[in-house]
Amino acid sequence: MSNASATQTPGPRPARSRNIPPIVWPLLALAVILLFNLAFTRGFFSITVKEGHLFGSLIDILKRAAPTLIIALGMTLVIGTGGIDISVGSVAAIAGSMAAFMVRGASIAYLEEAAYATTPLLPVFAFALLAAAACGLFNGSLVAFVGIQPIVATLILMITGRGIAVLLTGGYVLALDHPRFEFIGIGYLLGLPFPFIMAVGVFVVLLLLTRLIPLGLFIQSTGGNSVASTYSGVNTRMVKLLVYLISGLCAGMAGIILTSDVKAADANYMGLWLELDAILAVVIGGTAMTGGRYSLWGTIVGALIIQSLTTTILTRGVQVQYTLIVKAVVVIFVILIQSERTREFLQKSRRKVPTSG
Amino acid sequence: MSSTTDTGASRPKQGLLAGLKQRIPILSPALVFIVIFATGGLLYRHFFSLQVLLNLFTDNAFLGIAAVGMTFVIISGGIDLSVGAVISTSAMVIAVVDQAGAGPLAGIPLALAFGAAIGFLMGCIIHFFKAHPFIVTLSGMFLARGLGYVLSWQSVPIGSRFYSQASQIGIPMGGILKLSVPALMFIAVVIIGIYIQRTTRYGRNVYAIGGNEQSAFLMGLPIGRTKIMIYTISGLLSGLGGVVLTFYTLQGYGNAAFGLELEAIASVVIGGTLLTGGVGSVLGTLIGVLILGLIQTFIAFQGTLNVYWTKIFIGMMLFAFILLQKAFSFSAGQRK
Repeated sequence: MSNASATQTPGPRPARSRNIPPIVWPLLALAVILLFNLAFTRGFFSITVKEGHLFGSLIDILKRAAPTLIIALGMTLVIGTGGIDISVGSVAAIAGSMAAFMVRGASIAYLEEAAYATTPLLPVFAFALLAAAACGLFNGSLVAFVGIQPIVATLILMITGRGIAVLLTGGYVLALDHPRFEFIGIGYLLGLPFPFIMAVGVFVVLLLLTRLIPLGLFIQSTGGNSVASTYSGVNTRMVKLLVYLISGLCAGMAGIILTSDVKAADANYMGLWLELDAILAVVIGGTAMTGGRYSLWGTIVGALIIQSLTTTILTRGVQVQYTLIVKAVVVIFVILIQSERTREFLQKSRRKVPTSG
Repeated sequence: MSSTTDTGASRPKQGLLAGLKQRIPILSPALVFIVIFATGGLLYRHFFSLQVLLNLFTDNAFLGIAAVGMTFVIISGGIDLSVGAVISTSAMVIAVVDQAGAGPLAGIPLALAFGAAIGFLMGCIIHFFKAHPFIVTLSGMFLARGLGYVLSWQSVPIGSRFYSQASQIGIPMGGILKLSVPALMFIAVVIIGIYIQRTTRYGRNVYAIGGNEQSAFLMGLPIGRTKIMIYTISGLLSGLGGVVLTFYTLQGYGNAAFGLELEAIASVVIGGTLLTGGVGSVLGTLIGVLILGLIQTFIAFQGTLNVYWTKIFIGMMLFAFILLQKAFSFSAGQRK
C-alpha cells in the first residue's frame, strides 16, 4: 500500500519520501470511525452467517458503498487528469432508466408482469452500458477535442441527463419484477454482496489497466501538465477521452445496481447527488483536485469512510435531520486535516518545509 | 492582461467592429433572448407582453439575486454549490422566527446574517486552508441543508401581516401591472452588482484573481480579503434570495430551492462568464437568468411538453453557448 502511494506521488514536490504516505490520513479517519463504533455501538462488528450469506453492519457498509465506490473509482482517473465529471449522477439515472426500460421490453406501457419477468438480460445490460458509454464519450469529446473546461462540459449532461432519463421512464417510477436482474443489486456471491464484488472487480480492472499498460503514467502526466505531456508524445486527447468513457461506464454500472437494488427506476431521484459523494470519496482518499496524482486505494478508503459514517449515524439512532450536519462537520474536518497548510504547520516544528507552489 | 480587456472596466480605444466583437459574449445571449421572446410572441397569444416580461423578473428574482453573487464567485475562478441550500435555510430561519412570534423584522436580518456567516466561513476555509472551493462549498451545502432540517423537518408557514402587505406594494406599470417587491430587489441587486464590478477596486481585484491569482498576489492585491469577501457576498445574496423566496411561498421548507445552484451556474455561464475565471459580467448573468425564465415560460405556454423538457432545453442552450464562447475565444486568440 505504501508502494502504491509512493509510485503515485511523482512530480512537483521532491523529497516526499520522508513524509508520511498520504493514504495514512484517510485510513486514520476510517479507523477513528470504526473505533468509535467498537467502543459505543453494540454489535457493530458482529458478522453472522445466514443461508450462506454474511450479515452485519460491516457487510452492509460494503454493500451500500458499492455504487458510490464504483463511480468514485472512475472519477479518480478523471480527477487524476485534472478534470472532473459532475454528470455521473445523471448518467447513472440514464443507465438505470434504460435498464428498466429494456427489462420491461423496451416499453413504458404497463405490461403484465409475466411478460417481462423473463426478458433476456444481455440486451438490458448492453443498452444500459451503451447509453452510459455514449454519455462518457460525449463528455470526453467535449473536454478532449473541443477543449471545454471539464466542469462546464459535464454540467451540460448533468442538467440534461435527468431530463433524458425521465423521457425514458415516461415520468413514471418503473417498477420491476425480474429475479435474475435483481440479483445484481441484492444477490450474494461467495457470501458477499454482489454489488461489492462488482466494485472490487472494477477496482482490479482499473488497477491492472493503469499498471500493466502505462495508462496510469499517462493520466498522471496529463494531469500534471497537459501541454508538456503532449510535447513529450503522450496522446493527451485520447487519455482524456478514455477516462471520461471509463467514468461514464462506471456510472452506468452504478445505475444498474441502484435500479436493481430497489426493483424500480425513479429517474428523478436515482443517483441524485451521487456525483458529490463520489467526488468527496475521491478527495478524502487523497487524490488532489488539481490532478497529476491519484490513488485508487485511497478512493476505496474514502468511499468506505463516507458509507461507514452514514451507517454509523443511522445505527446510532441520530435523528434523521442531524445526519447532514454530522456529515458536513466530518467532511470539513477531513478537509482541514488533509490541507497542505495544516500539514506544513504540523511539520514546521520538525524541520524546515520547502514552500509549495 | 486578457482578463481586463473584456471587463468593460477599462475599455481600450478601438474601432466599432472590434468593440462589437468584444461584446459578443453579452450580445449573443441578448440576441437569443430577443429571438425566443419574439418566437413565443409569434406562436402564442399574450406571450410577447409586458406582463410576461415583468413576471420574468418577479418569478426569477431569488434565482437572479443568487446568480449575481455566483457571478463574482465564478469570475474569481471559484464556485459556490451552497446557494440553493442557503436560500432554503434562510427562508426557514425567517419562518421559524415568525412562528416564535418575533416577526419578519427580526427574522430577515437574522436570515441575512446567517447567509453572510456561512459564506464567510467557507471563504475562510478556502483561503486559509487552500482547500478547493468545490469541496468546501459542497460541505457548506450539506451544513446549510442540515441546519434547515434541524430547524424544522416539516414546512413552516409564515402568517405575518407584513407579507400580505408587502405583496400589495409595487411600482405601477399601467393597468393592473406592477413591478413587485421581489422584482425590485432583483433589479436593485443587479444594478449594485454592475456598479461594484465596473467601478470599484474590489470589482477589479475579483477579475485579477480570476485571471491569474499568482500575478494578482505579486501585484500586491489583497487576495485573502477579496476571496473571503466574494464568498461572504455570495452567502449574503443567497440569504437575500431566501428572503425573496418567502415572499412567494410564505413558508420555510427544508427542501426548497433544491438544485438551484445548477440553474444559477447555468445562467452565469449562458451570460458569458467563463468558469475558468477572469472573464464575465453581472449584466450577462441578468440576461442568462431571463433566458432561463423565458424557457420555462415557453414550456408553460406550450402546455403539452413534460416539465423535464425544461432541463433538456436549458442543457442544450448551455451547450450552444459554451460552443459559441469557445469559437469566440479562439477567434480572439485568447486561449487558456
